[in-house]
Amino acid sequence: MNALNPHPGLSSATPASLAPPALLEVDRVSLEYRTRERIVRATHEVSFEVDPGDRFILLGPSGCGKSTLLKAVAGFLKPEDGEMRLAGQTIEGPGADRIVVFQEFDQLLPWKTVKQNVMFPLPASGSLGKSEAAERAELYLEKVGLAAFMNAYPHTLSGGMKARVAIARALAMQPKILLMDEPFAALDALTRRKMQEELLELWQEIRFTLLFVTHSIEEALVVGNRILLLSPHPGRVRAEINSDAFDLHSSGSIAFQNAAQRIHRLLFNEQAPDAIQDFSFQDIRLSY
Amino acid sequence: MTISHTPRRDEYEIELVPFTEQPVERSLPLATRLWQQGWLRKTLILIALALVWELVAHLQNNDLLLPSFSQTAQALFNGLASGELLVKAGVSLKVLLQGYAIGIVLAFALTTLAVSTQFGRDLLSTFTAMLNPLPAIALLPLALLWFGLGQSSLIFVLVHSVLWPLALSTYAGFLGVSETQRMAGRNYGLKGPRFVALILVPAALPSILSGLKVSWAFAWRTLIAAELVFGASSGQGGLGWYIYQNRNELYTDNVFAGLTVVIVIGLLVENLVFNGLERITVKRWGMQR
Repeated sequence: MNALNPHPGLSSATPASLAPPALLEVDRVSLEYRTRERIVRATHEVSFEVDPGDRFILLGPSGCGKSTLLKAVAGFLKPEDGEMRLAGQTIEGPGADRIVVFQEFDQLLPWKTVKQNVMFPLPASGSLGKSEAAERAELYLEKVGLAAFMNAYPHTLSGGMKARVAIARALAMQPKILLMDEPFAALDALTRRKMQEELLELWQEIRFTLLFVTHSIEEALVVGNRILLLSPHPGRVRAEINSDAFDLHSSGSIAFQNAAQRIHRLLFNEQAPDAIQDFSFQDIRLSY
Repeated sequence: MTISHTPRRDEYEIELVPFTEQPVERSLPLATRLWQQGWLRKTLILIALALVWELVAHLQNNDLLLPSFSQTAQALFNGLASGELLVKAGVSLKVLLQGYAIGIVLAFALTTLAVSTQFGRDLLSTFTAMLNPLPAIALLPLALLWFGLGQSSLIFVLVHSVLWPLALSTYAGFLGVSETQRMAGRNYGLKGPRFVALILVPAALPSILSGLKVSWAFAWRTLIAAELVFGASSGQGGLGWYIYQNRNELYTDNVFAGLTVVIVIGLLVENLVFNGLERITVKRWGMQR
């Protein structure tokens, strides 16, 4: 079917009953957060399923609760309603089977060198001995092209290099699912493109499962194979779109542009260009 | 959007050859490099101070009020040579270190409690609000009543002078640890004391170190003052007692020598211990400039 399908045997022709169970099941999850004066509903009854090897994107404008949703999957906050299961197990709290790559550069511990940063969680979570941890850290740092910087401290690295270290650290943990919260948003455009390319190369090599939050339609189409569109205030599922046909080299193509425009329409509730405009923009906003 | 503006200039491309016209890096001139040495600049400041002191003492011309720098240096040399000053300094430092260590342990216990429970937070904020403004020396009469004339009362006031400022700055440091670093730590399954030791303490180290510095100065100050107030403890006097005794006998140069030792120990600890600690930790990690 296509080159990026992680399971060549599992094409769309496979009957749903024979499909293996999803790795991550998010079942009608409502999330709320508290400020001093009010309780804000961030997402309302959001459901989706992520299969092993998926590069699943949560896409939406700011305020759609996509980052909150990711934090809930990571276990940092509890859903008000609904349930999240990872490999059949209900998610109760933070754990080393779901590693988060954050957007912020200070996710690396400044008091540890690059290698120590990658190594540190390995013995800390009790999975490996020290020498094995060192070996694995070196392996993954080589994979992200930072073998020469193992003994550097994070503050001496550029933004892109810090992002690479964070990815190496997450991959070295070999989590069941890798969670990325707008990991490249703080990078400049050229570095971001390079990082997207490298992330896809890493995925080709390791075939990890990825849950990726972004607010960029282009990034979603390039990085993901499936995209969940969320509407804002509160976040609700608007659509799910397959984007496995696109990669970094298809961003100029007509199909890519059409997909981007379709997503744009869905997110901002605009009419398709050929549709008859019988009610105005404001009416649609009121119909929320 | 149909504005078209044809550029008046031609396009061009340049083939770049490797840059060899001059070295990419050059070293700074010797004078600039020397001036960047902190110890050299500080030594110059000290020499300037000594010169001013010498000059003022000569103009004043009264050894009882202000002995000159050379007289003080002589007295200092005699005191050190006879071993008297060293013994006094040793006595003071021993008491100081005991009080300092106990204060640090208590401060860490209190702040760990404060970051983990609401009750601990209330406890810390109430205690520091009540006791931090209280001068340690004001507790000395009470300490003498409770612990008698001895080292225990000194240690009690020292702990009081160390505990509150250190607990305050450590707690402020813990609160300042970024949410991302906290989440990263929790993501890897760290909890409780391991979370405090592996994430919070190193992340808050700049504040903790500055708390340690401040409380070291407080402790040193409190100790000398306490020794001045009630003098020798169990027949063994420290530096404060040495200063007090020599003032009574009008050996002003010895008073200055004693003060100099207090200052020199302060400088040594600041420059060797704390600056060294900062250099190998927070500065190396880029957490502090």
